[in-house]
Amino acid sequence: MSGGDGVDTALHGTPGLGEIAATTTASYGWLNNPWRKPRFLQAITWGYLFWSIVPVVIAVIFSFNAGRSRSTWQGFSMRWWYQDPFDSLWHDPTLRTAMTQTVRLSILTVILAVPLGTAFAIGIDRWRGRPAAGANFIMLFSFVVPEIILGVSLFLSFSYLLKSLVPELGTTAQVLGLVTFQLSYPFIIVRARLLTIGPEYEEAAMDLGGTPSQALRRVLLPLLSPAILASVALVLADTVDNFVTVRYLSGAADTEPLSVKIYSAARSAPTPAVNAAATVMLVATLLVISLGWAVYKRLNRGQGGDVGSFVDL
Amino acid sequence: MDYPRWYWPAFTATGLIWLVVFFVLPFYVVVSVAFGTVDPFFRTPLPVYQPWWWSFTTFTATLQKFGAGGIYFDPLVRTLQYVVAASAICLVIGYAVAYYTARFAGKRKGLILVLLVAPFWISYLMRIYAWQSLLQPDGYINDFLGIFRIAPVEWLAGKPITVILGLVYGYIPFMILPLFGSLDRINQNLLEAGRDLGASPFQTFRRVTLPLSKPAILAGLVIVSLPMFGDYFTNNLLGTTTTSMYGNLLDNAVGQSGQGPELGSLTLILVALVMIPMLYYLRATKRAAERRT
Repeated sequence: MSGGDGVDTALHGTPGLGEIAATTTASYGWLNNPWRKPRFLQAITWGYLFWSIVPVVIAVIFSFNAGRSRSTWQGFSMRWWYQDPFDSLWHDPTLRTAMTQTVRLSILTVILAVPLGTAFAIGIDRWRGRPAAGANFIMLFSFVVPEIILGVSLFLSFSYLLKSLVPELGTTAQVLGLVTFQLSYPFIIVRARLLTIGPEYEEAAMDLGGTPSQALRRVLLPLLSPAILASVALVLADTVDNFVTVRYLSGAADTEPLSVKIYSAARSAPTPAVNAAATVMLVATLLVISLGWAVYKRLNRGQGGDVGSFVDL
Repeated sequence: MDYPRWYWPAFTATGLIWLVVFFVLPFYVVVSVAFGTVDPFFRTPLPVYQPWWWSFTTFTATLQKFGAGGIYFDPLVRTLQYVVAASAICLVIGYAVAYYTARFAGKRKGLILVLLVAPFWISYLMRIYAWQSLLQPDGYINDFLGIFRIAPVEWLAGKPITVILGLVYGYIPFMILPLFGSLDRINQNLLEAGRDLGASPFQTFRRVTLPLSKPAILAGLVIVSLPMFGDYFTNNLLGTTTTSMYGNLLDNAVGQSGQGPELGSLTLILVALVMIPMLYYLRATKRAAERRT
């Protein structure tokens, strides 16, 4: 080996020599010795996590504020949850209608978007024709295009060209818009999973005498189930939060879901009841996610965790 | 037994038809509204679907408003400045966080990952709404600054820095995850080989780690910056009209009587605007793929 002592030290990270190297070049810090604890990066990371999580915790706490303010703490109370006879979350009929609408929209969207996106991903992955490449591009473009463009173009379409299909804005229009926007989640996640699976298992199933539909039902779909489940969780969580597409496509006031109500309230004169509504949304989403995670773990038992499909967006 | 010829195309067909009807066709409607006219009595848009009857007067008029001195010039420049600044901050913080998590987190990796993914599940609205309270004149941020005898700052009175940080806050998770995915997959042996061949740690980072994570940097920048171009809600919740962006122009034009063709034109111009980085990204990834084979 032709390397000098310095390289050797760095390579094997011998503690004694490494410390000497670190003290002589202390001004370069972790750049000069990445095997040393990078305090600077550590500070950024924990600082970022603090910045990202703590405001939300404070917003949840303020839903229990006794006063009207959402920036000054005036004591604990359940006033904005159910005690106030008019303005509390429980007694405000508009907030309750909004919650029902949120549940309706998210269930319908999941039922439509996940099977559609899954089938689309399977088709594109296995077909590999020229039209498939074009469809792939449209799909990815719909993922990154600013959502307002989708909202405005669907708003104009449902008002004019597709008016016969959707006579008035409201639940139908919202679901169609949401499905279009959410289609990319199951597509991307299922496709990533398909790339790791490969066609061998289905071929084996068909060599053993299975029909194509048997190979799909009894081999491919079980293999895809973790990815499908992850998509259900993502689509559900994202639909509950969506207010851009949904706002343009909502008709009468009773078709506005919770997210749109929160957005409108945040712009006018919000009370801690809005914090309470947002907290309900947050808890609902987290429940769905933990449930999905538990089922996902069960399905994946023995195969080793595949966090990839959650992370590889 | 083999797959029938129509088998896989049939799978693709449903999704493809959906996208054509609800994604591609609506674009044509936008074009028809932009190049159409307005009902003289009701002031509602009258889309024109036949290209030979299109009129481009509103479109060119709208384009001119983006020129120097036009009323849309400032929002356009602001949008470009804010998006560039916010994306750059996202990249710097995001890279540091992803690098630390991938290489040094050790036992805490699982916990950090859960916390990094958490913002995906917490509503964007809730997160920005939380900041709206913290940044009030009597909010906790000003209380904190008061400890150092700094006078209360009117954060929500149209400060660019508030809007930029709001954008960073909203979109940075989409930057961190692809970066982490890519940095986590880099083989430690490559880094050790770099050191072995005499490269300094900084050189190893610059010539091994950075090139290997370049695809993720590009993907992260696209995922983060394109949606920002159409963002109107961050400014609506944290800024004023003096910080309004392109998205606000669009949002304000929706449903305004007589504004139909202008709304269509604004949408078209925005599509053209986001197409530029998108096409650059596609070309860059295609080139990288060619180089690899």
